[in-house]
Amino acid sequence: MDFSLNEEQQLLKDSVDRFVRDNYELAKRRTIVASEDGFSRDHWATMAELGWLGAALPEDYGGIGGGPIETMIIMEGFGRGLVVEPYLASVVLGGGLLLAGADDATKDELLPRLVEGKLHLAFAFAEPQARFDLFDVETSAAKNGSGYVLNGKKGVVIHGGSADKIVVSARTAGTARETDGITLFLVDGDAPGVSRRSYRTIDGLRAAEVTLENVTVPAGAVIGEVDDGLALIDDVVRRGIAAVAAEAVGVMDTMQTLTNDYLKTREQFGRPLAKFQALQHRMVDILIACEESRSAMLVATLRLDEPNAVLRDKAVAAAKVKLGQHGRFIGENCIQLHGGMGMTDEMHITHYFKRLAMIDLMFGDHAHHMKRYMAL
Amino acid sequence: MDLRFSEEDRAFQEMARQFIEENLPTDIREKVKGGLRLSKDDYVRWHKILAKKGWLVPEWPEEHGGTSWTPFQRYIFLEEQARAFAPRLVAFGIKMVGPVIYTFGDQRQKDYYLPRIISAEDFWCQGYSEPGSGSDLASLQTRAVLKGDHYVVNGAKTWTTMAQYADRMFCLCRTDPSAKNQEGISFLLIDMKQPGIEVKPIRTLDGSQEINTVYLTDVKVPVEDRVGEENKGWTYAKFLLSHERSGIARIGASKANLEKLRQIAERERCGDGYLIEDEDFKREITQVEIDLHTLEYTELRAMTAAAKGEAPGPEANVLKIRGTELQQKISELLMRAMGYYAMPYLPEAMEHGYNEDPIGPAEAAPLAGIYFNMRKTSIYGGTNEIQKNIIAKMVLGL
Repeated sequence: MDFSLNEEQQLLKDSVDRFVRDNYELAKRRTIVASEDGFSRDHWATMAELGWLGAALPEDYGGIGGGPIETMIIMEGFGRGLVVEPYLASVVLGGGLLLAGADDATKDELLPRLVEGKLHLAFAFAEPQARFDLFDVETSAAKNGSGYVLNGKKGVVIHGGSADKIVVSARTAGTARETDGITLFLVDGDAPGVSRRSYRTIDGLRAAEVTLENVTVPAGAVIGEVDDGLALIDDVVRRGIAAVAAEAVGVMDTMQTLTNDYLKTREQFGRPLAKFQALQHRMVDILIACEESRSAMLVATLRLDEPNAVLRDKAVAAAKVKLGQHGRFIGENCIQLHGGMGMTDEMHITHYFKRLAMIDLMFGDHAHHMKRYMAL
Repeated sequence: MDLRFSEEDRAFQEMARQFIEENLPTDIREKVKGGLRLSKDDYVRWHKILAKKGWLVPEWPEEHGGTSWTPFQRYIFLEEQARAFAPRLVAFGIKMVGPVIYTFGDQRQKDYYLPRIISAEDFWCQGYSEPGSGSDLASLQTRAVLKGDHYVVNGAKTWTTMAQYADRMFCLCRTDPSAKNQEGISFLLIDMKQPGIEVKPIRTLDGSQEINTVYLTDVKVPVEDRVGEENKGWTYAKFLLSHERSGIARIGASKANLEKLRQIAERERCGDGYLIEDEDFKREITQVEIDLHTLEYTELRAMTAAAKGEAPGPEANVLKIRGTELQQKISELLMRAMGYYAMPYLPEAMEHGYNEDPIGPAEAAPLAGIYFNMRKTSIYGGTNEIQKNIIAKMVLGL
């Protein structure tokens, strides 16, 4: 048993941390968030250059042949800086789906472009009525000659507005909420019949409501097996959960540091807040929550490829439960310890809080995953 | 990064498991599993079995009877014992005064006391807290005055676990009353079987008698039974508190008790089905399972870091806080699982071999008592609030 990084992983971590330090000061982030795409294409090019976009992809496609640990290192670093580039949407989810499900020709064509930063992907799995159930799919894909015609509405597609191609879950058989009969399709973002309403999310990212109206796709657009898409969705969502868990740990650690520093500098009643025991103990509770969150995140990450499915799924669900519960605790209490300043947009802490709260909702909140765990 | 045990550690675990399986007396296992009272003899029997095998004090230096096990293997061995419902070895000799003696004691003390700890010839107790000194231990008032070749000790020690069985007590005494709190304290080894020592039991809220107040009146302690330098006892006491905190989260024991809780919940009726099917109760059990899983890996992270020679950080304090919270939570769920039948108070049913018909389910009798008794875990060894003070100061710099 070993929880330390190897030499290459340590170098990757150093390089991510350096990038965040140099490029993600809050004022700079504000400019990026306010830009048209909501992220920086220059940063995206830098990430491609540094090899991060292919960190978890095989060398055959220009990647560096890493896996969940490399993704974890990058996402945790991004959490520290609240990086808004579409790494989760495009690389972890989009790239992950292509790698696991696309045919060789598609992989050969698209993955190198993803690694080079020239292709943006998104994953449209949620629907307005589905809440957190991945199998609740009403979007339909009807046979149309050798291809399909898609109709339906996908909700809150992270970075769906800027994506060149979107992987869409749609029903090829069965009725809504059946686990069989779901198929994944790769759809061009600007294909006829696709309309996208893009918006900002409260934590500074971008998402889109995507409507599909008689969108025709060829048979080759299918990713994975027809009618059997759920296993693929589950797999990539587990990877997405581990990724946002790592991001959350980066966010939490930073919030802990910011708040601890604030307690040492802010004075009331003639002494620093750090001297008040009620606040000290709250701060310790935050530290404990950070440590436990990291443990849960590490186990989930290291079990992604565990052959025992129950062990794997429990680790992932447990991480989402703990991260969600601790995330709420850490977020709310860091705001509380900042007093009135914790209510201002000016302070860094509030931006971290918003991201942390939204990560709980991503891929199902802690209550949802508690239910999943109970069913395992 | 790798979650798996190494080949070597897996083999070690297998060996440990098999040894415990074959050597833990059934009656002791049943008592621990059922939450029944253990006698001194039960502890001593298991102690001697391990001593005979050479596995009693794995962390001690090999010259004094220790093993060459890695910290990780020691942790595995502890967890395996807990999982098999072995009694938790009484720590005062093997984990507390033993390490102080081999680290700070002189040759005579090492030669005399260490073998007697291993052979269980000496049963030790701890003389730290006093009626006026609980969390504020450094304010202790028990006086030791040097008169020729011995100290004369006067004062009182309290919460002294198993003092009624003890042959010896390691005791913090004030030798220089003019010095500031932590200074002026010495670490004495006191013979409990002598005039001037009076042990008065304290009955605890669950009805058990494990703790005592020890009154010391003109007790004589030969100077050669002072460990280390005079007035430096606080240093040794602190060393003792930081020494070998392996297994402090009590993951193995909590896992075993959680399994017991699950078995009880599968038998207890609730509504049209069983308690385990009750959505709310199941959610509470699941929360504990997830918390325990998380804490287990927090402890394993600390263990693997320690194995790499990294200095211990806040882990021991964090593990103590969270580990005790979980032990308490599980004891609460065990009590509540019984419903009304947690209420009957049958002290005799807590002894092994109770032959009367039980009132309610057979396993019910000790559960409420254990719930009350477990409140001690967040109080002893430095209350959880003291642990937080330590983390705030040492780690967060507040």
